Amino acid sequence: MTAKARDAILRRLRNKQPGFDTPSQPVAIETPSWPMEARIAQFKSMLETVRAEVHVTAAAHWTETLKSVAEEKQISNLLYAKQGPLAQAIERAWGDTLLPKLVCEERPVDEWKEQIFFHIDAAVTSARAAIAETGSLILWPDAFEPRTWSLVPPVHFVVVDAEKLYNTFAEAVEAEQWAQQMPTNALLISGPSKSADIQQTLAYGVHGPTELIVILKTSS
Amino acid sequence: MQQRADFNHRVEQALGNAQLKASLRSAMDGLMASRKACFPDADALDALRLRGAQIRANALSKLPQLLQQLEQRCTENGIRVHWAESVDEANGIVLDIMRQHQAELLIKGKSMVSEEMDLNRFLESHGIECLESDLGEYILQLAGEPPSHIVAPAIHKTRQDIARLFKEKFPDIPYSDDVDTLTGNARGILRKKFYAARVGLSGVNFAVAESGTLCLVENEGNGRMCTTVPPVHIAVTGIEKVVEKLAHVPPLLKLLTRSATGQPITTYFNMISSPRKTGEKDGPKEVHLLLLDNGRSRIYEDSELVNTLRCIRCGACMNHCPIYTRIGGHAYGTTIPGPIGSILEPQKAGLDSLGELPVASTLCGACAEVCPVRIPIPRLLNRLRYERIRSDRDGASHGQGSGRTVKEAAIWQAWSWLHRSPRRYRLAMALATRLCKILPLGLGPWTRVRKPPRIAARTLHQRAREEGFNDR
Repeated sequence: MTAKARDAILRRLRNKQPGFDTPSQPVAIETPSWPMEARIAQFKSMLETVRAEVHVTAAAHWTETLKSVAEEKQISNLLYAKQGPLAQAIERAWGDTLLPKLVCEERPVDEWKEQIFFHIDAAVTSARAAIAETGSLILWPDAFEPRTWSLVPPVHFVVVDAEKLYNTFAEAVEAEQWAQQMPTNALLISGPSKSADIQQTLAYGVHGPTELIVILKTSS
Repeated sequence: MQQRADFNHRVEQALGNAQLKASLRSAMDGLMASRKACFPDADALDALRLRGAQIRANALSKLPQLLQQLEQRCTENGIRVHWAESVDEANGIVLDIMRQHQAELLIKGKSMVSEEMDLNRFLESHGIECLESDLGEYILQLAGEPPSHIVAPAIHKTRQDIARLFKEKFPDIPYSDDVDTLTGNARGILRKKFYAARVGLSGVNFAVAESGTLCLVENEGNGRMCTTVPPVHIAVTGIEKVVEKLAHVPPLLKLLTRSATGQPITTYFNMISSPRKTGEKDGPKEVHLLLLDNGRSRIYEDSELVNTLRCIRCGACMNHCPIYTRIGGHAYGTTIPGPIGSILEPQKAGLDSLGELPVASTLCGACAEVCPVRIPIPRLLNRLRYERIRSDRDGASHGQGSGRTVKEAAIWQAWSWLHRSPRRYRLAMALATRLCKILPLGLGPWTRVRKPPRIAARTLHQRAREEGFNDR
């Protein structure tokens, strides 16, 4: 059925080659290009507008920020990736700290779905890069930091390097040549989950995390 | 088939509903203001809209090639691609997938194409439960209503309406009309469903041909849930949603979210290119892409009407439409309401059933002014008005000529005959000024609520001559 439909649809479309009155040369779009400091300020202010927390921290001390924010929010357990890029620093910083308790899981999520859905308070993941213009984090979830980690637990901590802060989404796609290497899932996250479906009133934490806490590591 | 009387009846009902009018007015005012605030620089906006129009026009001009490329890339990535000519075929494909997995529940992210398919009713008639998970859509499903706006589906409901609805459907949960509490309750109910569902369904905002990537725009996270948690993900989309390159996505995304709700970006922009790969710990093991035609390839045949297919479904034309703002989405009686719906839906269903929609417009042009991909909506509305009354059989639109009446055709033929000769014209004008007292004054519905215009006692020519102009 679907092969027949395919041929019929394509045949009809090939009958006609529509022309359009739009210019053929791509129109240039003005794009911002900020120096680092302004880029960080833009990134931070965009995220804070949508009620995300942004902590700009010296790279050497980011785990202290993570620890103190997690403690302050009385998070009882924190999911992290044992083989992910943040693991060493987190384990070193935690030492024998009891709360929040570190949780790592390397099994497929299907095998511990109930736990992540109903018993994990928070997860911490890395972000591949970020976008200043819109205050967005770029995540390419992988085998170590799966897709659900940034989605299911009520609190999501994201750690990102300020060096990886692009001006715009377009710049990131081009500079990293995404088209040649798209992962299973590429994500832009720009705040905690939200909705204005009830009488145009913003509410946070609809299905995804209620809180998004960004730790931006800077070199200075 | 929709009748003119049904449409008129719904319009009258909507116009008589003061609460609906008030909530629409304030919602649309809010959406217009946020959009405006998001585009502070008019020149930059013009350039961006032109770029958007270009990207969509480029995609449509290569549509068959790009669809094949999309199919090839998706298939290479492990996504199964299905094609459906009609809604029936599309529903059949979804049902087959559900049955292969013995799934009894389909959890859905927001998808206007699934509304077009009337998928929920179809699957439910086969014993499969469908659950909408977008908060607005979920509320409407509880209420048994269709969406009234493509971006903000429950925009016609108040907080109190929704609170009463929750109380009625979930008597165990204490009554509250607090938005955070209502949202929290919905989160709790739906979370268990995400946990249990075996198949999730989503729409597609952009399908990228060069990489085989499906892009989804959303704020709530339900779209990510539907496409990440269940073992099977079905994405349904119209064949026109394809774009050529990944680099075309950022400008369209910027236009879409800013035009729709005045957000610089949505909370989530989700790009899916394959099912779970070996070693990955979550994500669906099966991803299906369903490409639906349902009349789109026929719209494609007309070199002017093809512009209808540029649409990226932002809803800005609705938000800025004086008609939509007064009657709301339900009055249109179609999946997509508002100006874009008034050009799209009659072409799909036929002008014989929805021919009234292109006429229900003031042609003020606000829709075309805000359209992020510069669809000339008023021109297309006019074109469909013509298609509806044309007498030949050359057009491609379904139901062309169905609105033609002998009386109207005769009036215009007489008008044209009169204006072809200056002598006849002057004679007629002289006659009209003399007979102005006895000419009929009722001009149908127009004069029911307005004073009829009076024909002047002297023609413009006469008065010009009296002023000393020589018109001979």
